[in-house]
Amino acid sequence: MLFKYLLQLADNQLILSQRLSELCGHGPALEQDIAITNISLDLIGQARLLFQYATKHDDQKRNEDQLALVRPENEYRNVLLVEQPNVDFAHVIVRQYFYDEFNFLNYSALVNSKDEELAAIATKSLMEVKYHLRFSRNWMLRLGDGTAISNQKMQDAIDDLWAYPGELFEMTADEQVLAKAGVAVDVSTLQENWKEAVLATLQEATLAIPEGTWHQTGGKKGIHSEYMGHILAEMQFLQRAYPNQTW
Amino acid sequence: MSTNKDWPLWEVFIASKRGLSHKHVGSLHAADSEMALENARDVYTRRKEGESIWVVESKYIFATNPEDKDSFFEPAKTKVYRHPTFYELPDDVNKM
Repeated sequence: MLFKYLLQLADNQLILSQRLSELCGHGPALEQDIAITNISLDLIGQARLLFQYATKHDDQKRNEDQLALVRPENEYRNVLLVEQPNVDFAHVIVRQYFYDEFNFLNYSALVNSKDEELAAIATKSLMEVKYHLRFSRNWMLRLGDGTAISNQKMQDAIDDLWAYPGELFEMTADEQVLAKAGVAVDVSTLQENWKEAVLATLQEATLAIPEGTWHQTGGKKGIHSEYMGHILAEMQFLQRAYPNQTW
Repeated sequence: MSTNKDWPLWEVFIASKRGLSHKHVGSLHAADSEMALENARDVYTRRKEGESIWVVESKYIFATNPEDKDSFFEPAKTKVYRHPTFYELPDDVNKM
């Protein structure tokens, strides 16, 4: 049960990291290229800590590479938000900001987990996430409250992605049991704080708050969007073509 | 990279430890001071190079002209007595 929870936490960081790594060498400016790949590296580092811990609870005794890189698609438990395509810089920033606000709240709560190793991972990761949030939030403000074009692009990205964050606050059956035991975070309790923070940012960035309340769901159950297969094809290629290959 | 045309250039200064002075490490492009600090953090402190960053827009830095080098700096060359090399340092002093 803890194993599944750890994979779920790790998969979110892993897939978002993979998405951001696609921008390596393609950022809008050299400085942003480095900033985004830095965040990508932070996230893969956080995923590694979680995968390494998960290997201790795996019945099949797989190593971290096997957990990260050779599972079939329906065993990945990341939310749909993180697999959404980059599209343009506005989409990259909005996706990142929506996720950073969640990641920050989730790790802030996970610091108090009764599982000591998980709490230690959260404490270490939280420092990185605070910076990610600062970075993406500043870009929300800068582009939202920028030119007419940048405002429009940000608004389009927000409207496109608005249906995805809701899934972050869904509780699986395993999460409910683990949350009661004080190990996992009850993510459903984070939604109000997330909303408050995001609405404040949108307001400050002079961006409109979409009206929709319906949200996409599936990723946490292993049912992914059409993008996931393409991500995995690229991400898993090396380990599948050359099993157990290392650097 | 056409965006760089619109972003001003900034000079970056980093102090590796508290108490040490900030040293010039390079320059970068950014739209505002906040972005300049974040870019400097990502470009110049990825390998734990610093604990404090200053950024200054390059246009606010006034520099000597290389042509003035002789009149500016040549006169100091012959004045060795301005160096405090005639003192004996106590053993405990190691940062001079």
